Amino acid sequence: MVEYGKFNDIQLDVLKEIGNIGSGNAASSLALMIGKTIDMAVPRVNMMHYSDLAQALGGPENLIVGIMIDVSDDLQGTMMFLLQKEFTHEVFNALLGTDSRDFSALSEMDLSVIQEIGNILSASYLNAIASLTGLKISISVPAICVDMVGAILSVPAIKYGDIGDEVLLIEGAFVGRDDKEDITTKLILILEESSLALLMGRLGVA
Amino acid sequence: MEKAVIVGISDLAVAKAPAVVATYALGSCVGICIFDSVARVGGLSHILLPKRNNNDNFMKFADSAIPLLVQKLEQSGAHRLRMKAKIAGGAQMFNVGKMDSALGNIGQRNVESVKAALQSEKIRIYAEDTGKDFGRSVFFNVETGVMQIKTAFNKIYDI
Repeated sequence: MVEYGKFNDIQLDVLKEIGNIGSGNAASSLALMIGKTIDMAVPRVNMMHYSDLAQALGGPENLIVGIMIDVSDDLQGTMMFLLQKEFTHEVFNALLGTDSRDFSALSEMDLSVIQEIGNILSASYLNAIASLTGLKISISVPAICVDMVGAILSVPAIKYGDIGDEVLLIEGAFVGRDDKEDITTKLILILEESSLALLMGRLGVA
Repeated sequence: MEKAVIVGISDLAVAKAPAVVATYALGSCVGICIFDSVARVGGLSHILLPKRNNNDNFMKFADSAIPLLVQKLEQSGAHRLRMKAKIAGGAQMFNVGKMDSALGNIGQRNVESVKAALQSEKIRIYAEDTGKDFGRSVFFNVETGVMQIKTAFNKIYDI
C-alpha cells in the first residue's frame, strides 16, 4: 500500500493514461453532441492544493459552471467538471441556438442542458475506465452550481478535508478557442485512497 | 480601501487599524471576524470543517481556529470582554439532495460549530450572513467593524 499521493513514475503514468482515456472519451462524446471539434490538453496528475486549482481556473472569484458527480461502487470518489463561461456559451449556442446568457438567472432549460452535459461527460469518462479495468462504476445525477470557483471547490475540499489540504487530482482539460490553457475547462477525478489502490491493482502497477 | 490582508483557506490573520482583512470565495466554509473597537484590532479566520480530530492544522477547524484567533487578538492588545464577532459563509453550494447528506449540510454544521465555539469563548455575534446557496467574498474593515460581502454576481452589501 502506498502513502496517499505518493506514487512512482510508472503509477503516475498509468493515472495520466486513465485521465487521458477518460477525458478523451468525454471530449469525443461532447464533440459529437455539439457538432464541433474539442481540443484537449495533455492530462496531468498532481497533488494539488485547492487554492492553486482555483488560481489555475482564473482566480478564486472567477465565475464558473461547476458540475459535481458522485462516483460509487468499485471506485469511490468525486468527478467534477469546471466549465468556463465562454465554453458554456459555446455549448449553449450549439445546442440551443442562442448565445447571450445571463449566468445569474439560468432557466430550467439551461440547467437541464448543463446537467445533460455532466451526464454525458461523466458517463463516457467512467465507462472508458470501467471497460479498461473491468470495475463496476456507478455515477449519481449531476449536481450543478454556478458561482465563484473558490466557493465551488470548497465542496471537494471539505469532502476530502480529512485526507489533507492537498488532494490527488487526475485532471484533463478542454482548450478553448483562444488557446489559453491556463484558464481552460477542467475535468477532475478525485478518488479515495482505497479506490486508487484498487485501480492500480487492476492495471498491474500496484 | 487600503490594501487588504488576504486570508487563505484554513488560515487566519490579525491586523491593527487602519486595515482590511479579506478572504475570497467562501462556499460551505465560514469566515469569522472578531474585533475590539477600543484596541482597534481585528482578525479573520477562514475555516473548512467543524471539528478537529487530531489534525495538525488548527486553523482548518472551527473549534480550534476560533480559540487560536482569540489568543492572537489578545496578544495584539485586544481584550476578550470587548470582542465582537461577525460571521459569513456556510452555504450549500450544490443541491446534493439524494447524494450525500453529510456533505449536503456541512455548511450548516460549520455555522453551528462556529457559533458554539464563539459562545464558549463568550464572544457575541453582532451580525451574520450565513447559509443559502451562494459563495461570498468577505472584506472586513478593522477600523469601522464593517464586514463587506461580495457575491459571484457582484452584489455587494455590508453587515
